[in-house]
Amino acid sequence: MATQETSQSATFRHAFGNVLSFAVLLLIGVMAFSIRLFSVIKYESVIHEFDPYFNYRVTQVRLVFVYGIFANSFLRDQFVYPLGRVIGGTVYPGLTLTAGTLWRILNSMNIPLSVETVCVFTAPVFSAFASLATYLLTKEIKGAGAGLTAAALLAMVPSYISRSVAGSYDNEAVAIFALIFTFYLYIKTLNTGSLFYATLNAIAYFYMVCSWGGYTFIINLIPMHVLLCIVTGRYSPRLYIAYAPLSLNVVSIRMLNITFRREKAASSQASSLISEVKLGIVRVVMVVLGTLLAALVPVVGFNAVMTSEHFASFLGHAANLQMSFSNSVVFIIIHVVALVYYIKGILSPQMFKVAVTLVVSVGMVVCFAVLAVLIALVASSPTKGWSGRSLSLLDPTYASKYIPIIASVSEHQPPTWPSYFMDINVLAFLVPAGIIACFFPLSDASSFAVLYIVTSVYFSGVMVRLMLVLAPAACIMSGIALSEAFDAENFLIKAGDTTKVTQNDVKHEKSEDTIKERSSRKSKKKDKENIERPSLVSQVEKRLLVLPLETSVIAVFLLVLLGAFYVVHCVWAAAEAYSAPSIVLTSRSHDGLHVFDDFREAYAWLSHNTEVDDKVASWWDYGYQTTAMANRTVIVDNNTWNNTHIATVGTAMSSPEKAAWDIFNSLDVKYVLVVFGGLVGYPSDDINKFLWMVRIGGGVFPHIKEPDYLRDGQYRIDSQATPTMLNCLMYKLSYFRFVETDGRGFDRVRNTEIGKKHFKLTHFEEVFTTHHWMVRIYKLKSPRNRIRGKTKKSKSKSGTSTSSKRSGTRKKNPWQ
Amino acid sequence: MAAAIFSLFIFVVALLIGTSSASSSGLQILQAERQIELTSHIVRVYLTLKIENTEDAPATEVLLAFPPTQFDHLALVKAAVTVGKKRKKSYVPLEAKPTERPDAPNGTKYHSVSLLKPLAKGETTNLEILYILTQSLEPFPEEIAQSDPQLVYYHDSAIILSPYHIAHQATMIKTPSNNVESFTQVDPAHRSGSELRYGPYEGHGPYSYSPIIVHFENNHPFAVVEELEREIEISHWGSVQVTESYKLAHAGAKHKGAFSRVEYQSRPGGSGVSSFKHLLAVLPPRVHSVYYRDEIGNISTSRLRTNSKKTELLIEPRYPLFGGWKATFLIGYGVPLKDFLFESAPGARYLNYTFGCSIADTVVDKLTIKVVLPEGSKDPSVEVPFAVKQSLEKKYSYLDVIGRTVVVLEKRNVVPEHHVPFQVHYKFNPLFMLAEPLMLASTFFLLFAASVVYLHIDLSIRKKC
Repeated sequence: MATQETSQSATFRHAFGNVLSFAVLLLIGVMAFSIRLFSVIKYESVIHEFDPYFNYRVTQVRLVFVYGIFANSFLRDQFVYPLGRVIGGTVYPGLTLTAGTLWRILNSMNIPLSVETVCVFTAPVFSAFASLATYLLTKEIKGAGAGLTAAALLAMVPSYISRSVAGSYDNEAVAIFALIFTFYLYIKTLNTGSLFYATLNAIAYFYMVCSWGGYTFIINLIPMHVLLCIVTGRYSPRLYIAYAPLSLNVVSIRMLNITFRREKAASSQASSLISEVKLGIVRVVMVVLGTLLAALVPVVGFNAVMTSEHFASFLGHAANLQMSFSNSVVFIIIHVVALVYYIKGILSPQMFKVAVTLVVSVGMVVCFAVLAVLIALVASSPTKGWSGRSLSLLDPTYASKYIPIIASVSEHQPPTWPSYFMDINVLAFLVPAGIIACFFPLSDASSFAVLYIVTSVYFSGVMVRLMLVLAPAACIMSGIALSEAFDAENFLIKAGDTTKVTQNDVKHEKSEDTIKERSSRKSKKKDKENIERPSLVSQVEKRLLVLPLETSVIAVFLLVLLGAFYVVHCVWAAAEAYSAPSIVLTSRSHDGLHVFDDFREAYAWLSHNTEVDDKVASWWDYGYQTTAMANRTVIVDNNTWNNTHIATVGTAMSSPEKAAWDIFNSLDVKYVLVVFGGLVGYPSDDINKFLWMVRIGGGVFPHIKEPDYLRDGQYRIDSQATPTMLNCLMYKLSYFRFVETDGRGFDRVRNTEIGKKHFKLTHFEEVFTTHHWMVRIYKLKSPRNRIRGKTKKSKSKSGTSTSSKRSGTRKKNPWQ
Repeated sequence: MAAAIFSLFIFVVALLIGTSSASSSGLQILQAERQIELTSHIVRVYLTLKIENTEDAPATEVLLAFPPTQFDHLALVKAAVTVGKKRKKSYVPLEAKPTERPDAPNGTKYHSVSLLKPLAKGETTNLEILYILTQSLEPFPEEIAQSDPQLVYYHDSAIILSPYHIAHQATMIKTPSNNVESFTQVDPAHRSGSELRYGPYEGHGPYSYSPIIVHFENNHPFAVVEELEREIEISHWGSVQVTESYKLAHAGAKHKGAFSRVEYQSRPGGSGVSSFKHLLAVLPPRVHSVYYRDEIGNISTSRLRTNSKKTELLIEPRYPLFGGWKATFLIGYGVPLKDFLFESAPGARYLNYTFGCSIADTVVDKLTIKVVLPEGSKDPSVEVPFAVKQSLEKKYSYLDVIGRTVVVLEKRNVVPEHHVPFQVHYKFNPLFMLAEPLMLASTFFLLFAASVVYLHIDLSIRKKC
């Protein structure tokens, strides 16, 4: 009778708990979505920054203008004139396909949202999904309570917010979800051994591959974990099932036959014949699926990965070697282990011993041979098999020393300590506790979590950008830590409750309490009462505690305080730090809010008042925006795969007017765009970026030398500046007629008066300057006009020499 | 343009040489006074005619003649007859519509004004006529630099073109400033300040013509909306949503050479005088959720002033517009339904809204008005006081199934005088309002029902224990 009652109430409690966690998850999702809307509310619903504009452009073109294969050729000509950009091979299609599909679904339901709106809100929607995935993953590792906590933490972790606010339409927006979800499915498969989840895992991994270069993180982490499990003697068929299908995505087609045979070995664990056949069929499907999927993604096609040098696949380069290497090694190992277990099952112990010695000796020989071959291969390649980016992943200072174009991007710098505090905040303190909690007890899943946090901490230390990979791991760990701490405190508070209250009641109350605490902490409301009231009410008369009651209560209170601090920080970060769209700037002064909308002013001007096929040259930062907003072809853009091309523009900017004109003219440029912040004090303008142009230009064209632009090693633009500096194009275009604004030409960014104040432009003509002078657009004077101006000047000298000079200089390609 | 001038010249020569065969009509104009206003880029001509019938047959219509070049730019012709004397004088509008004449010399085009009652022999009547010309000011020089003022040509005739004999006539031309470079002398003609006076001329026969050119400074912003699409979406849930998408251009003298921001900012009076950066949009009172943006996002430079009579939206394009520069933008707002939608009969409703464009003092080359009726409305019909091109479309928006009927009205050459109310009548059953909420509710119900069913059935073959 009693048991029946308990089971009944247990199911009731179970159902109630499920509903409660569902409601909490829903709230977490809503919060994850809404915390990212600060940018829309404070500013407007626009695409942010630079790269998202490219993604938006691709989405737009694919959906609205041209369909299918034509879109690629249409797009190719628009970027990086005159080389063009092979869109199919250098773009991860996951994001654009996702947003495109969303848009199509909405439109088929006659909900006429614009492509832009869908793109803007893709990231917040997917961050809600990511919280859900975190819940699932953490639930697999440490139970539902930790899952909910981790989901709540992830929903508002600043590091992730920085990449997924509304409008931040970047690969990371969907990739973090894909990353966590892939991990979840891996762990799920590991825990259940279900092929269903394994298949899902392969698909999720495929989606991740489509979305972000960070997929290499997965494909390195999972083999590492598998290896760890094997080494620590945790091999199980479930591990095999979890790992093998995934690795099939990356192992080459040649492995197909071997794989098939090995699978049979693995499936021998399954008892019945039917299941074996079924398994076999599934595996065949999987092999085909895996190889097909991998081949489908053009970016990942081995050729593309080997040759393309774009930032998105930063990790890809480090993993180039490892991917094929570590994967196949681990792949072989797991099959060997599987075989060993299989044989162990068949043979008698003695026979097995003999077999082991035999196999080990043969294996050693084979291993040495393979190792020797590999070493020979690596040594024979001129770069020792490592590209610059892989080296910089191992040695964080490598890039800044040798490759200026990588070092010029701020998100590729190693992070500073404050940025850890800014981006993951109190999680940094909770992570160690989480790691400890993972060891009690250590399961396959929790060992994976530990491995994940350790590797991601390392990677985040190399590059600020990879902080994003660390954030989910930190959230999971902190979720576990918090949840365990609450459980422990709760247990302590309630321990000894033996006499007066029935066991049933205690259980009931306890589970309810914990869930309530978590949920309330998540939704950041009146946490204190919730925790203290029930505990105090029921526990006043209990004295049989391990720790004093007061200590526990205080500990709980402190934890809640910590959580509250985290929430406050996250909301602040979302509202203030990470929501600015960067194309609209605002400043607060005594007479109200000032809006600096100069970028769009310039882009709108370009789009409406220049010819459609005019080419615009600017520093590469503004390339994507120009293409997307001004709809004009650019010379270089944020896709930095062609260093030489960027160096050409850098050289032009650092050259004197005449040489610059020649370079631009040979590139068929009509307009040159510079960003100038000297009038209003906008610090990230082209003059401040100018040294990078010199460095990158000088890296390819040696006649540009950095010391020429520096006076005693100092970069300055005042009267002490070098003549090379004062005569270069960037200086002239930035400060042309600047002195007339205030009479002395005071630059508010550099806080100094400019060196050369009055000068004329002979080869360029100012055609547009925005309201706050932040963007200045110049037109290349046509050769005829230019010569006329010249003849006027040099009329006294000679009339004939100019014409011959003209014909001589016109066709000259200055870098050939 | 040269070809146009040349053809005009041929036309004039032919007119002068040609015999006056068209004077078959028995009407005669005793007195004609014309006032041409050239102060903005819209040319307004006020014509006062005193007409007498000299023949036996009563006259029912009066013809107004226009040279073909002018006729193409004619945006509007309004006529009125003066009724009563002195104190009790009032104007009764008359119908004026374009007509064709088989005997028209050299492609002269006509508008015929129907008189209220036929004019018997010997009777006189007074007509007040207003006609508006667009794109009739030709910038010369065609390209100007930033600091130059904008000079334009205006072509017309010193003598009023008419199929009738005009006994006595005079023409006044008003220019925006005293800066008149030159004007054709047709004696007697003289200028005082910003006024040019041609005439009085006596006793000119039918189709007399004497071309004149006035070259003067006009720095009025030549704001021309090349295309305007207004979408008026009626929702019976309480609001009318209006979206206006503009393609704006500065149709004056083209900007030449450099644009210097420092000059533009430091000498606001002397630099870029013909450019403009503000536009005033007049919206209906009680508007809500006004937005002003373009394809790349919100434009932050606008101010909204509201009072009980009207709402004024002062907008600034992203950049000042110089000659030849273009800009596109979007203005959207919602207005309360009860202000514009009325019930004419049970089940029948009509929308009463203003035709034309919200921005004051502009010419719209091509105006498209789309009235999106609610889903399920029937029998749309339109009442507009002038000729427009009409068609019907279907539009699918928020969860529509059968689509919304869209009444499309198209008109070229729209001037501020076209801002008059028009009506769209349709029949609508209020039950259709509930269609979409019910659809949503049933979808969610089905979803939940399906999940309940899914959670309660066990599809496994063997019973789990």
